[in-house]
Amino acid sequence: MLACEGVNAFYGPIHALKDVTFAVERGTIVAVLGANGAGKTTLMNTISGLVRPRSGAIHLDGRRIDRLAPERIVRLGVTQVPEGRQLFPDLTVAENLRMGAYLRRGAAVRQDLAAVLERFPALKDRTRQLAGTLSGGEQQMLAIGRALMARPRLLLLDEPSLGLSPILVRQLFRTLGELGREGISMVLAEQNAYLSLEVAQMGIVLETGRVALQGPSPELRQTDRVRQLYLGVRSGDVSPQGGGAPGGKGT
Amino acid sequence: MRGVLFALLLVGLLAAVPLWAKTYDLYLLSLAAANVIAAVGLALLTGFTGQLSIGNAGFLAIGAYGAALIVKHLGVEFWVAIPLAGLLSGLTGFLLLIPALRLTAIYLAIATLAFGTAVSEALPRWASVTGGYQGMRVPPARFLGLNVQNDVAMFYLALAVTVVMVLLARNLIRSRVGRAFIAIRDKPAAAQACGVSLTRYKALAFFLSALFTGIAGGLYAHVVGYISPSEFGLGKSINLFVMIALGGMASLPGPVLGAVFLTYLPHWLSGIRGLQDVLYGAALIGIVVFMPYGAWGFVRKWTAPDKVARLPRPVRAAAEFVLGRTR
Repeated sequence: MLACEGVNAFYGPIHALKDVTFAVERGTIVAVLGANGAGKTTLMNTISGLVRPRSGAIHLDGRRIDRLAPERIVRLGVTQVPEGRQLFPDLTVAENLRMGAYLRRGAAVRQDLAAVLERFPALKDRTRQLAGTLSGGEQQMLAIGRALMARPRLLLLDEPSLGLSPILVRQLFRTLGELGREGISMVLAEQNAYLSLEVAQMGIVLETGRVALQGPSPELRQTDRVRQLYLGVRSGDVSPQGGGAPGGKGT
Repeated sequence: MRGVLFALLLVGLLAAVPLWAKTYDLYLLSLAAANVIAAVGLALLTGFTGQLSIGNAGFLAIGAYGAALIVKHLGVEFWVAIPLAGLLSGLTGFLLLIPALRLTAIYLAIATLAFGTAVSEALPRWASVTGGYQGMRVPPARFLGLNVQNDVAMFYLALAVTVVMVLLARNLIRSRVGRAFIAIRDKPAAAQACGVSLTRYKALAFFLSALFTGIAGGLYAHVVGYISPSEFGLGKSINLFVMIALGGMASLPGPVLGAVFLTYLPHWLSGIRGLQDVLYGAALIGIVVFMPYGAWGFVRKWTAPDKVARLPRPVRAAAEFVLGRTR
């Protein structure tokens, strides 16, 4: 449903994305791996329209979207969960969720609100609380809930596990898996390579703005490069242990 | 609900003031009413949308001169002239969208300052229309075919306009438009990710702020009966900013309190020249450092601690830039 072809993007003088080409099939999750500064966030911001690519093209269901304003792209069904969650701290939980459905009106919004609160029961008792006063895990749920309120067909998740405890990270990935099975396509930028390759069908590895590797997750998990740099497994070791501590990334 | 009852009680009390007040008290209250509308207009822009403006006196001038000229040349009624003046000012508000789409915090403030200065410099030079440095007399307001000549009638008109404008602002900030403003102020990128168009809502914020301030200017012109360019300079813009900062700019009661307080302050301090400006400066620094919630936020901290709105981030950024510190 999403296709990036030869996308080049700049942050000021920095060439942040170099000829990035990849595709997201309908109903699949694509994990984007890479160290800090590899271009993950830029890729997300470019797809969602916050950054305009200098060259290349991005198509959504055959329609070119890389010159559209961000709100137009949201309207087409692409919703971003920005890095660091970016909730509206001075709005309540319910108001944050309603912001997610900003482009929609009517009874369906109320139904979706109830559905999101059903999915994240921890938020249910806190609908009138200011979002800035939630715990980290609750904030992440709210960020995803807010994105779901737009009824996205494609969800862009930028480091959703950032700053969460290992238990919450597991819970988060379980939720993402569920959403994937419900038919929402996703691009998932993560440092937690182990869990994201588990939940995703496909993966791409970004290194200094370039796609270094891409393929189905099971294959990607077997390559030496991914094992060494992102899974923290030395060549020769057999089974990856535990929650894929991000300690081994970068060099 | 308690707030609504309290507001009704307040308006009722105010409506009864002419029973005992002296003319000068009514004049001061009418002046406060105009300031309240202007402060609410600035709070919509700076407090709720995070667009720092220290040029809003320009809109006040456009509203004041607009209303005066409309009444003078068209002879229309008060309730036609005031909205027209507001609309005129509102449309010029779109001018500030050009810098607002490119600049934030202190840099936007400088651009708005340039706008305010341009207006207050243009007025005396366009003497054939505005009367130049001497200013111009404002014809008495006409209401239902009568000339409004006395202060009691003017007070009631001012009170009515203020109630309408404050109610408008209240409903606005509780609507989806208000939520979009706050979203843009706090997290512009996330607001876009939710589908909020920055261009459209910044334009709306500048339009509404200019509209409110223009209406305040029209009201001011009628209350005072005489306007001159010197009243609408940089000093007035800063005065408006101090009103909302002092009261608590990310709220509605805040600008109302601040506007009333700063209307009366010069009368309490009359006789001590120059002290006012010193107090303004001290108050601004004190608020940024010690009371980032303003007076209303200070009250709310005790009554509703989970609902306190801080000084908006763009304003904090600008303040830190000026004071040369980060906190």
